[in-house]
Amino acid sequence: MLQFQNVTKRFGAFTAVDGLNLSIPENEIFGLLGGNGAGKTTTFRMLLRLIDQTEGNILWKDDAISYDSSHVIGYLPEERGLYPKMKVKEQLIYLGKLRGMKKSEVEKEVVLWLERFNVPEYIDKKVEELSKGNQQKIQFIAAVIHKPELLILDEPFSGLDPVNVEVLKDAVLDLKKLGTTILFSSHRMEHVEELCEHLCILHKGTPVVSGNLKEIKRSYGKKNILINVDFDLAFLEELEGVLRIKQGLNHSVVQIEDEQVSQVVLHKLTERGFVRRFELEEPSLNDIFIEKVGAAYE
Amino acid sequence: MNKFLIVLSRTYLNRLKSKAFIVTTVITLLMIFLITNISTIIDRFDTSEEDQVGVVTTSNYFPMLQAQLDKMESNLVLKPFEGTEKEAQQAIEEGELDSYLILDENEAGEPTAVYKAETVAEQITPQLLESALQQVKSSIAAESAGVTQKQLLEIDQPVQFEKVALEKGAKTEEELNQARVFVYVLLFVIYFSVIFYGNMVAVEVATEKSSRVMEILISSVSPVKQMFGKILGIALLGLTQYTIIILSGYLFMQLQDEEVSQTGFLSFLDFSNLTVSLVVYAIVFFVLGYLLYATILAMVGSLVSRAEEVQQLIMPIQFLIIIAFFIAMFGLGTPSSPFVTIASYIPFFTPVVMFLRVGMLAIPFWEVAISLALLIGTIIVFGILGARVYRGGVLMYGKSSSLKDIGKALKLSRKER
Repeated sequence: MLQFQNVTKRFGAFTAVDGLNLSIPENEIFGLLGGNGAGKTTTFRMLLRLIDQTEGNILWKDDAISYDSSHVIGYLPEERGLYPKMKVKEQLIYLGKLRGMKKSEVEKEVVLWLERFNVPEYIDKKVEELSKGNQQKIQFIAAVIHKPELLILDEPFSGLDPVNVEVLKDAVLDLKKLGTTILFSSHRMEHVEELCEHLCILHKGTPVVSGNLKEIKRSYGKKNILINVDFDLAFLEELEGVLRIKQGLNHSVVQIEDEQVSQVVLHKLTERGFVRRFELEEPSLNDIFIEKVGAAYE
Repeated sequence: MNKFLIVLSRTYLNRLKSKAFIVTTVITLLMIFLITNISTIIDRFDTSEEDQVGVVTTSNYFPMLQAQLDKMESNLVLKPFEGTEKEAQQAIEEGELDSYLILDENEAGEPTAVYKAETVAEQITPQLLESALQQVKSSIAAESAGVTQKQLLEIDQPVQFEKVALEKGAKTEEELNQARVFVYVLLFVIYFSVIFYGNMVAVEVATEKSSRVMEILISSVSPVKQMFGKILGIALLGLTQYTIIILSGYLFMQLQDEEVSQTGFLSFLDFSNLTVSLVVYAIVFFVLGYLLYATILAMVGSLVSRAEEVQQLIMPIQFLIIIAFFIAMFGLGTPSSPFVTIASYIPFFTPVVMFLRVGMLAIPFWEVAISLALLIGTIIVFGILGARVYRGGVLMYGKSSSLKDIGKALKLSRKER
């Protein structure tokens, strides 16, 4: 279990993280969401002891994290960077050794990982010769090569093409199967929805939503209806329980307070005319994020 | 393996294998080879063994000049030239003569001469001729004044003048001259290496920071271990380079002919006068000076966002060592002046200025001990401060960097506020 107990970080008068309480079960993928400057990177940096929290404790398996436990932790920072002039293999050997591995172990793992990412020919290339996406793959390898128990991925998929996103996503899911606890942050809600069971949305250093993804969606209550009709939907605004209408070219989305309202809407629509499409769906994480973070802005 | 050692050995090996290291070492070795063998090399190129000087004369001073030159053991060959000046010129063109001298006498009966050669850029031959002729003139003048050869010798005899230092343990004149040479050389070595290797530390840190590999590094190894691993790795590199240079310098000296090493360019370096204690002091001050400046420079390097900004930020630090060097240069002539004494206790100047005083004066050990204690104390303070700035600094990325960022970095690494 990874625990954040009332963790606070202040930089002068500015509070970057404010009383964060989180319990992250082992062998799970946990998503940390938040807008720019919400405190995600600061949280990660405190977890890794790069900076000290002003208050509170961070415990991994009931122990404080220190440099002695760095071999059980893997980290992919948001700011990507490797030694540009160093060869891939040399680089990974150095970084692997710093995480407590033996040279021979690293050499074996490097070959396996490069093959898995379909880039075995890069082993003796300098990092500066690789494309940005491929550098990111190498960086990912650097974060996981020592088989960490706890893996921290700060925006792991940013800047990757869809094919590489899939490759990396598969790798993340496989690591989870092997028992790794993964904490990751992202702006991309669909990645979080796909990967995480639990999540936390941070806003200005405070969690605004936290818990199990399904429960969050359920308790959110609001639902969306996808509608495709030939007439204007503006009249629905009058209806009680209808919150928002977003009219699009192919279909419109109507947000409703709870699913009961959908039946009333359907009735009204069939009265008006021909209904091509009527679909009740779960709210997206994107909706929740925008509402929670947006509301907090006001 | 200990992570500190991993960082140290990677810094060391990476630099050791780098082109820059190999090139600088090879160039230095070449220079040392040239310096130790310069006389052999010059001799090799100097093919004309003897200078042929034709003498056009009507006076009878020629035999006297010839006799004087023989005494001076020169490699000039004087040839009486029977003929006109025109013919002498022709002889030069044909290569029979290198130059010619028109030897004459004035109304007072004193010798006069005009030296003519294709160019007068060559100095040795005319100078020899001039001083020989001067001797001839003096002896003629002395003779006409009734002074005997013996008396003349007595007049020319230099006065006996000896300097004796009264202070116990003070260095004798001869020792001082030797010490001055060594101190000068070693001062330069200390100065140069602190700047050279110190910069290397700053650049090393700044490169890791600007390539953003830093965050991975400090998440696996503590910034303190990382910083000192680097500083010591480069110190080891410096020691390696000096060992290579000193050993091969020694070998070159051993390889050259006995004769050359007696009269050669480096003959003024009498290693028997180099005391063990001076060498030990040189190493101690080199290591401590390096540690002080490397710690400060590593700290400064951690503030830089882009590698190009390093030079700009380390300039003020470099000025300190340059000032120290100038104080030491000034102190070579006046090592006991109060100014030098005071400067030798200021930790930033101690490595060079105190070394100068140790080399030139017989100062009591407690003075050295105090300055060393101050220096070590300062290194510890900067070590602690540096480690904290480093920890915060490596996470800071700004538009432009300045030394003011030290405060910001300290804040970032502190727990409160």
